[in-house]
Amino acid sequence: MPNMSNTKVPSPEQDPKVRAHNFEEVTSGYTAEMAVEEATRCLNCKNRPCMTGCPVSVQIPDFIREIAGGNFEGAYSIIRETSSLPAVCGRVCPQERQCESKCVRGIKGEPVGIGRLERFAADHHMQNGTEDVQLPPKNGHKAAIVGAGPAGLTCAGDLARLGYEVTVYEAFHTAGGVLMYGIPEFRLPKDIVQREVDGLRRLGVKIMTNMVIGKVLSIDEIMAEGNEAVFVGSGAGLPRFMGIEGEGLVGVCSANEYLTRINLMKGYKEGYDTPVLRSKSVAVVGGGNVAMDAARSALRMGAEHVYIIYRRSEAEMPARREEVLHAKEEGVEFLTLNNPLRLIGDDSGRVCAAVVQKMELGEPDESGRRSPVPVEGSEYELPVDTVIMAIGTSPNPLIRTTTPGLEANKRGCLIVDEAMMTTKEGVYAGGDAVTGAATVILAMGAGKAAARAMDEYMQKKD
Amino acid sequence: MFRIVRKKELNPSVTLMELEAPYIAAKAKPGQFVIFRVDEQGERVPLTLAGCDPEKGTVTLIFQLVGRSTQKLAAREEGESILDLVGPLGLPTTLPESVKRICVIGGGVGCAIAYPQAKAFHAQGLHVDVIAGFRSKDIVILEEEFRSHSSELILCTDDGSYGQKGFVTDALKARIESGIQYDAVIAIGPIPMMKFVCLLTKEYGIPTIVSLNPIMVDGTGMCGGCRVTVDGRVRYACVEGPDFDGHLVDFDELMRRNNTFREREAECRMMRAAEQAANRR
Repeated sequence: MPNMSNTKVPSPEQDPKVRAHNFEEVTSGYTAEMAVEEATRCLNCKNRPCMTGCPVSVQIPDFIREIAGGNFEGAYSIIRETSSLPAVCGRVCPQERQCESKCVRGIKGEPVGIGRLERFAADHHMQNGTEDVQLPPKNGHKAAIVGAGPAGLTCAGDLARLGYEVTVYEAFHTAGGVLMYGIPEFRLPKDIVQREVDGLRRLGVKIMTNMVIGKVLSIDEIMAEGNEAVFVGSGAGLPRFMGIEGEGLVGVCSANEYLTRINLMKGYKEGYDTPVLRSKSVAVVGGGNVAMDAARSALRMGAEHVYIIYRRSEAEMPARREEVLHAKEEGVEFLTLNNPLRLIGDDSGRVCAAVVQKMELGEPDESGRRSPVPVEGSEYELPVDTVIMAIGTSPNPLIRTTTPGLEANKRGCLIVDEAMMTTKEGVYAGGDAVTGAATVILAMGAGKAAARAMDEYMQKKD
Repeated sequence: MFRIVRKKELNPSVTLMELEAPYIAAKAKPGQFVIFRVDEQGERVPLTLAGCDPEKGTVTLIFQLVGRSTQKLAAREEGESILDLVGPLGLPTTLPESVKRICVIGGGVGCAIAYPQAKAFHAQGLHVDVIAGFRSKDIVILEEEFRSHSSELILCTDDGSYGQKGFVTDALKARIESGIQYDAVIAIGPIPMMKFVCLLTKEYGIPTIVSLNPIMVDGTGMCGGCRVTVDGRVRYACVEGPDFDGHLVDFDELMRRNNTFREREAECRMMRAAEQAANRR
């Protein structure tokens, strides 16, 4: 008999007042008992609606059934068949818009906590599982991956499991991409990311850090080294700014810069050299996950006031629901239907206030969301000493401009066909480099699809 | 790991280091930069290359002790290694083909970056005059190198303790006034120096390239820390620079933004001075 409770088993969380001042993980995850209890809420539907919402088609009802039966390692193995980074996805996927949005239990009450259960299985495996990496027999082919983020790592893992000799080139000094530089420790502990990366190394994947492709090596040179196919997962690129007056003031930065200083460079930790702005009053402009991450990090760095300034209403915010709730609980102040017009600096050129205009929702725009319309005469000054822009990125030009034959659309995103191949023979691409800024799981899905297509391509060449 | 094969103190606050980095050395061109990280706790710091030797597989850095990271780097000895070195980043310095006679101006440690450019353009057959400026005689660097890789070297010091007395702008103005016609000027040094060189060359309508060294984290176009305003537009020094048309750069904004973490750098210098004083005792 399934557990007919209308709500998810709550996941233990640090008290918001406490966690707003530390970088420890917000949620500690289910215990075995909690996981089993939540797993029994699954009705094991025949038509598996949840799976249609998963970009990598995890066999959701199957792994949940294993958890319900107490076979946690079995659950992990099932997830692992289709997902390369289970511990990551369980934490950062927008489940409410994917698997959980399709869950039948969600019609009346809360859907099954699929994300929490996935995380439980992955964490349980990390703590208790035995790693019996079976090195696949080498098939004699070589492939290269550009970018060790979610797309590239997924692609690398899948190809290595098929027997390819895989080299991953990473521009930063550490593999992980956005999982390392972007998503904060309190949402995704970095040792979890590194364990996933270590797993790939054990599979025989060679990771070369400090290699900026397009500069130190070109795609053509990589192919000349015997790589028959190359996957470009170079990620998002240049951060966007609003183009308003005052963005050149001291104390104004992109969320990428702010988060990289904190996450990748560990600027929040004693003993690390990378400086981070020490702020009292912070405005974060934007309504996505990156904006929430920046705002919550600013609180943890000691800011007294942290504002999210977003020009639409909360309903339109692209951030994960859970991140918005967590941010609010921790004390982030939400100024929705607000838009900065210009930034004001003091005599020394430091930002000291933002002039903000109130907005109201008008007619739906091309994105289908109701577009924000300024409210005349509603401008006011918001005193802040830091402004963090989290309004997206435009694709990085490095590879596009140094690879003849690689074409991009007018937004700068690489053009690929249905098989993920770019306009250059043997060169595949996926993730933010193709779609523009999106999610970790979509990038992983792209890496997976590309690995399949690259395998077919390389086998056909024989 | 990147091994230090040669280290030389050029003056008490400027050090030269040659590091094994075969991939970078094979590709680097004058005007490009690298980012170093000494150890796990270290920050990522950009430095424009002072030279590279593709055959030996080494790159040369010449750097001033400014903050904690450059102090940490300078503390490493020959034979030891640093954790990370990435590059070559940014675009190489280029000049239009019509350019025949140029003046390369270096200020202080900026001479370290001006040198490979002077050398490269001189080797290409251009007439290259170099104006190298320093505060005083005791911090003069690369004099011999400049002399053997330029058409003419004009050395000046602010206090007149060596070479001509005065700023690089005085020397440049005197030469232009004397009738020398430069097709282009390349100016590399402290921001105020570049700013004033540009004000001068603008008067005479001489195209001027400056090499900027803004705040940076990744160096690949991701963090936006290095954005500079050029001709009223936001440009990213790491992927679109570090060279820009000096007549269009907003130097005042760059100067302010480079001071973002100034207090911290000052703290590091004070601590170092205190340590040295303690060591002397």
